[in-house]
Amino acid sequence: MRGILGKKLGMGQIFNEKGEAVPVTVIQAGPCYVTQVRTPERDGYAAIQLGFEEVKPSRLTKPQRVHLSKRNVPALRYLREIRAGDIDQYQEGQKIDVSIFQVGTFVDVTGRSKGRGFAGVVKRHRFGGGPKTHGQSDRWRAPGAISAGSTPGRVFKGLRMAGRMGNERVTVQNLEVVMVDPARNLLVVKGAVPGARNELLIIREARKTTVSKKRR
Amino acid sequence: MTNVSDLIRSIEHVKEEVPRLRTGDTVRVHTRIVEGDRERLQVFQGIVIRQQGSGAARTFTVRRVASHGIGVERTFPLHSPRVEKIEVVSRAQVRRAKLYFLRGRRGKSARLKEERERA
Repeated sequence: MRGILGKKLGMGQIFNEKGEAVPVTVIQAGPCYVTQVRTPERDGYAAIQLGFEEVKPSRLTKPQRVHLSKRNVPALRYLREIRAGDIDQYQEGQKIDVSIFQVGTFVDVTGRSKGRGFAGVVKRHRFGGGPKTHGQSDRWRAPGAISAGSTPGRVFKGLRMAGRMGNERVTVQNLEVVMVDPARNLLVVKGAVPGARNELLIIREARKTTVSKKRR
Repeated sequence: MTNVSDLIRSIEHVKEEVPRLRTGDTVRVHTRIVEGDRERLQVFQGIVIRQQGSGAARTFTVRRVASHGIGVERTFPLHSPRVEKIEVVSRAQVRRAKLYFLRGRRGKSARLKEERERA
């Protein structure tokens, strides 16, 4: 399982070889360090722990500093685990950079979506709302009826209503890798990625697509 | 670290040289058209009535009146590799950025004032 941590930098537009405009997201990806290898024998599961973004050691707690210095790794702000079956390929302290990904392959990107606050039913669940005209008032963005009368005499559990939206972990699957720049630690991916700029992202090779979908 | 917006600009595909268009310009746009496996150039001449966007995403819209007085507008991405060449034929004096008012006009009233010589 290839994976790396990164930071969303922003979006732009490029042209592909057919001359079509392609929206892209630019990600500051790595360099990351393997800060720990989780083994089934010791931890009950197989994973690698990755660390990203160097910070002043004084920004970390002492336990964090010791955890990292034991692996001869600089002080890092973020630690995240990635499930990996092939843990024997990794050693603690190993450095990982964007060159693990190739242009034309696909990745899954995980991040935290932008918080939308307390959102109504039209925005949150894409309800249609009510009519604007024909004598209606206060009905444009209303949810409509939430249940029938005496039978069942209650509102079903899980009914979609207004509430907190966003600010949750979201994974976007099968984004095409458009550009890899190991010199600047940049990864450029087709399409949008969760969250605002400077969001921490986990980038993994795609679970569902391994080969390039490109025809021709 | 360098400025993030400069960084993104360095990734976007922007042409090195692009004519400085203004709304009201009469332009000839040469576009590359692929038909099967043949490629040819097509020319579209008209007045720039709108420019929009920034960086690689900048586009401009050209309006021309085709046969039978039917208005045709085409929007081109300024930096698209399919846009081979943009020639500015003439410039006009205009007082607004979007010339949508031309849509409602035809014939004589749809003309723009030629730009006077500027020192």
